[in-house]
Amino acid sequence: MTDAIMNSKPSTEIRRPTLTGERLKKRYAAERRFRLYGLGSILTAGLILVFLVGSITGTGYTAFLQTYIKLNISFDAEFLDPAGTGDVAQLASADYGGMVKKNLRDNFPEVTSRRDKRKLYNFVSPNAGFDLRTMVIDDPSLVGQSLDLWIKASDDIDMLTKGYVDRTLEESNRRVSDTELVWYDKLDSNDHIEARINTDFFLKADSREPEEAGILGAVTGSLLTLVITLLLSFPIGVMAAIYLEEFAPKNKWTDLIEVNINNLAAVPSIVFGLLGLAMFLNFFGFPRSAPLVGGMVLALMTLPTIIIAARSALKAVPPSIREAALGLGASPLQVVTHHVLPLAMPGILTGTIIGMAQALGETAPLLMIGMIAFIVDVPGGFTDPATVLPVQIYLWADSPERAFVERTSAAIMVLLAFLIFMNILAVMLRKKFERRW
Amino acid sequence: MLRNSIIKAIPLALAGVIAVAAAAEARDQIRIVGSSTVFPFSTTVAETFGKTSGFKTPVVESTGSGGGLKLFCSGVGVQHPDITNASRRIKKSEVELCAKNGVADIVEVKIGFDGIVIGNAKSGATLNLTKQQIFLALAAEVPVDGKIVKNPYSKWSDIDKSLPDQAIEVLGPPPTSGTRDAFVELAMRPGAKSFKMLADMRKADKKGFRKISDSMREDGKFIEAGENDNLIVQKLQANPSALGIFGFSFLDQNSDKIKGANVAGVSPTFEKIAAGDYGISRSLYFYVKSAHVGVVPGIQEYVTEFTSEKAIGDEGYLTDKGLIPLPGADREKYRAAAANKTNLTM
Repeated sequence: MTDAIMNSKPSTEIRRPTLTGERLKKRYAAERRFRLYGLGSILTAGLILVFLVGSITGTGYTAFLQTYIKLNISFDAEFLDPAGTGDVAQLASADYGGMVKKNLRDNFPEVTSRRDKRKLYNFVSPNAGFDLRTMVIDDPSLVGQSLDLWIKASDDIDMLTKGYVDRTLEESNRRVSDTELVWYDKLDSNDHIEARINTDFFLKADSREPEEAGILGAVTGSLLTLVITLLLSFPIGVMAAIYLEEFAPKNKWTDLIEVNINNLAAVPSIVFGLLGLAMFLNFFGFPRSAPLVGGMVLALMTLPTIIIAARSALKAVPPSIREAALGLGASPLQVVTHHVLPLAMPGILTGTIIGMAQALGETAPLLMIGMIAFIVDVPGGFTDPATVLPVQIYLWADSPERAFVERTSAAIMVLLAFLIFMNILAVMLRKKFERRW
Repeated sequence: MLRNSIIKAIPLALAGVIAVAAAAEARDQIRIVGSSTVFPFSTTVAETFGKTSGFKTPVVESTGSGGGLKLFCSGVGVQHPDITNASRRIKKSEVELCAKNGVADIVEVKIGFDGIVIGNAKSGATLNLTKQQIFLALAAEVPVDGKIVKNPYSKWSDIDKSLPDQAIEVLGPPPTSGTRDAFVELAMRPGAKSFKMLADMRKADKKGFRKISDSMREDGKFIEAGENDNLIVQKLQANPSALGIFGFSFLDQNSDKIKGANVAGVSPTFEKIAAGDYGISRSLYFYVKSAHVGVVPGIQEYVTEFTSEKAIGDEGYLTDKGLIPLPGADREKYRAAAANKTNLTM
């Protein structure tokens, strides 16, 4: 056939390129420019990424530290157990807040005015009393003792330690007054102020006090939600893809389904939230704010992504494999489950992980089903009220307390770490199991 | 193997879904919805309540005042919220909606005030504004020489010689926000009413008046900056000639970066707002569904905690969060109403 073309007479004269040096130079220049554009795009994208990550890390890394103040705390029996019963119920209901306040006064005997006392009480976290309560309940023999303890500082003092308070400003323009600075410097010069690793950030759930707030609740909520999403969207998505790709007849109906699936992938996620509200909450009566419902809504959102990824992975398996298996007497089901599906799995898993990563970062659909909420308890099951990581970030970003700014960035860092981990996993799976034909 | 795991996974997932469908009954945790302005206060009380009372910590959702009341009024039963927060009073239409859905007994509790601040960066000029000037700067249409015309002012000094010679640029909340509603009601409408011509119009044609007083200009001088007040604070810092409209607690927390403009000669400080001298302040409320008290454990105790002196008193822990307390007598009144479950009267 090529011979035929070669031998046939050209209808017009062939335009021979003028292979002069100048023309060649132009071509090379165009080539170089094209490469430079590409390189420039990558550099721009890289710069933006570095700026983004840099600014988040720059404001966020301090949240991994927390200021503690060393105070002499005496576990007065007068506060904890006036009757001397040693009863745990009595110890649990004692006035630990009052005990902390009294100890603060004892540590700063020079403070007498009511105004100054209030400032002094503001030095330690309002939750310090609860921490001491836990200590006493764990070890009732503490009653009557006097110990030097490191007590968690309040958010204002924490901000001061981290250098977010400008001492040169007028007193009325700072959150920390001059008297408080004097006390602080006195404590600091005695080495009674220390910044420690903020373990509570990883081990506690949300709180209105920035120094108490942590991400464990949100991370658990995200995990529970993703488990539901995976359990629903993976089997349904893969089955749908297999049927459409391997078994379904090619007719108007399957075309219609295909168009709809592609459309669904482009629907704004808030729409899925509205659907979830109408269907799962109002019609089926599922509980509000539950990871179960969140997971179901996110599953609807991820389904199209998984179906599309799975279909293209199945399509990439060469027909010769199917034909060979059929030729050796395998049934269509055996062809799919023994040969096509295992070969397509790396591609399907990559698509699934990317879909999951998308679901992890989603907030809009969760708004409608009540997951944008303040929840102090770490969820213990699929129907407990829960929130998720991106929602936690949104809630903290909206809080007036200055100390939440660094915590917002720190939570973003944790979310990014999860996303990077998931994406690396997807790349590794592809690298390890990918086959080329 | 793969086939087996896939085939097993499907019924497992479906069975899980059906099993929990029945678990939606009985609830031992208070559910609160409503205003994002009251959210920081409500959550603080919820957390303290959870730590000290032995009840579960209530779940607080930030849905906005209107959204909260809609959920609250949708019926009686554990699937509906017990309490809703609001940064404005419940409307008559909402009480009717509640009654229609069987929510007849509602207890109203006023918890304090919130000031709305017009602020700018510390490095900018301190402004002394009147409500009339605010209206002239921000309304879409204003009266000039007895005629209603499209807002002609582009600089503050065009409105009044005493104001600085800088372009009008104000960042404010979008119409979905309760802060915007309150700002319109407390600053824009009185500002409009200060013109005799518009005051006369208000008597004759209330709708026409509202159209003028409530419409913000859309020529780029008033910028809707989203619900996030922190964002407004950051933008003000970056742009010293811009002004922003936000809640007092954000001024309180960021007093090293931004300052509030005086309105009618009064500066937005804690004391001035509490005394009722500062002109743009609103009341904050929450509403309790009486039918749920005793059904969902802890509601009465939560309300008691919220109305206690140690929470909303002059030196209560909510004042640290930026709540401006009610006068003592009012606190007593609402505390009594909450304790006796006195029904709301419009």
